Amino acid sequence: MTTANQQALAKYKNDFLKEVEANVEEGHWVRMCMQCGVCAGSCPLGPHWEHSPQKIFMMIRAGKREEVLTSDSMWMCTSCYNCIVRCPRKLPITHIMHGLANYAHRLGLAPKGQPTREIAKLFWNNLIKTGRVNELKFSLAMYFKDGFSQGVKNALAMQSIGLGLMKAKRLNPFEILGGHRCKDAAGIQKMIAKAREIEDRKKGFA
Amino acid sequence: MAKKQYAFYPGCSSQKKASADNFLRSIDVVCEKLDIQLNEIPDWNCCGASIGYAEGGELPRLVLSARNLALAETHYAGQDMVSVCPACWLASRETAERLHENGALFAEANEALKEAGLQFKGEVKARHFVEVLIEDIGWERMKEAVVRPLEGLKFAGYVGCQTNRPFGIAGESFENPKYLDKMIETVGAEAVKYDQKVTCCGGALAFSEPDKAQKQIRDIVESAYDHGADMIVTPCQLCQANVEIYQSEINKKQGTNFQMPVVYYSQLMTIAYGGTAEQAGLDGQLIRAEKLEKLASK
Repeated sequence: MTTANQQALAKYKNDFLKEVEANVEEGHWVRMCMQCGVCAGSCPLGPHWEHSPQKIFMMIRAGKREEVLTSDSMWMCTSCYNCIVRCPRKLPITHIMHGLANYAHRLGLAPKGQPTREIAKLFWNNLIKTGRVNELKFSLAMYFKDGFSQGVKNALAMQSIGLGLMKAKRLNPFEILGGHRCKDAAGIQKMIAKAREIEDRKKGFA
Repeated sequence: MAKKQYAFYPGCSSQKKASADNFLRSIDVVCEKLDIQLNEIPDWNCCGASIGYAEGGELPRLVLSARNLALAETHYAGQDMVSVCPACWLASRETAERLHENGALFAEANEALKEAGLQFKGEVKARHFVEVLIEDIGWERMKEAVVRPLEGLKFAGYVGCQTNRPFGIAGESFENPKYLDKMIETVGAEAVKYDQKVTCCGGALAFSEPDKAQKQIRDIVESAYDHGADMIVTPCQLCQANVEIYQSEINKKQGTNFQMPVVYYSQLMTIAYGGTAEQAGLDGQLIRAEKLEKLASK
């Protein structure tokens, strides 16, 4: 168990709603949910998760901390924002789902190997290196996330698409040598480090 | 007429030889024809896109956009910041609004920005290029510029998610926005009625959950076919890429025979405004938009 998780458990004891309100992005909205279920019926990946946003909100209020933070439901969010625009109580549901996913990830409780969690990490690490996304390196990192031989298989399976994109001048093989970047990548990294330091202090990750 | 000027935030996918390289080529033509000048923000960075939240959390993700907004304020004071990418626009507008509403967050973001030698004042407005076309240029001028109407072509206007939600274009409904259909009609083509106009393409989950995303894509393409569309047209880079690129995968796995071109609204406008297929970036399609190319060669 991570130290941050132990500290959160000790601090909030059984009041998980309080913990979510304090530490999760837009978490203070959770108590406004009136359990109508419109979000559950609006999610494009509805058939694929165990807990709808509606259920997650009720589980938070019922103190089901471990079930919520280990759920893979938040990781099914495609960021389509259907739930936000349809919620009659105007809860920023998409952001709360993102916030819960991030919180579970930072506490080390999110499902291990969850594919969206894995590629989200790769994406972030890719972009903060130079300040801009290197699409080629990101694609390769995704293919090879489960080891070398699986990576070769994945890359071969996507070969015709990759070649098609190169032919259409929409994927540049020379990006592997560096590619697009921000001049002040160093400043961006310092800025992100500072933001992370502030956030960690506020949310108990430090 | 004096050109309208904007601080321009192109975003990662619109860079040279990136996945929406062809989109930006057609945007350039549209700007030239409609007297719009986009001033690229120097040293802009990635907005974090829709999956930046998982590792980036709240403040680190918001400061990415705050840096772009601060650069726009510094270099092009008084100009609105404009994006062509829905994800870039959404992140920028969300950040501007969140920092405006929350004084503590505003102060924290500026504390982080100081590390990069910048300050966000909270003055600049983050807008989408479609808003510029509709609100600043207007339907009349968009129509006047047409020299080669796209007569006889049928398009399924695919708005998708992030150009439409959570902010959307003023005056449009989330469930059935009409502006893209109106754009199609403005350039002389027909907008088909179909039922997947605002369906999610799977977004970034096309990478991590390919089967689930491809189910979404199949629904969109199938409905476009069923309602007689020659092509799908979209304002979004990720919609374009997902809906075009994965058709071959779906064909392979599910025995369909999809070959539906997916183009951008600005490519339609470029051809209608007299531009060449190359200027419209039609050489950047994986599934060639042959009917549009044919019309361009006339």
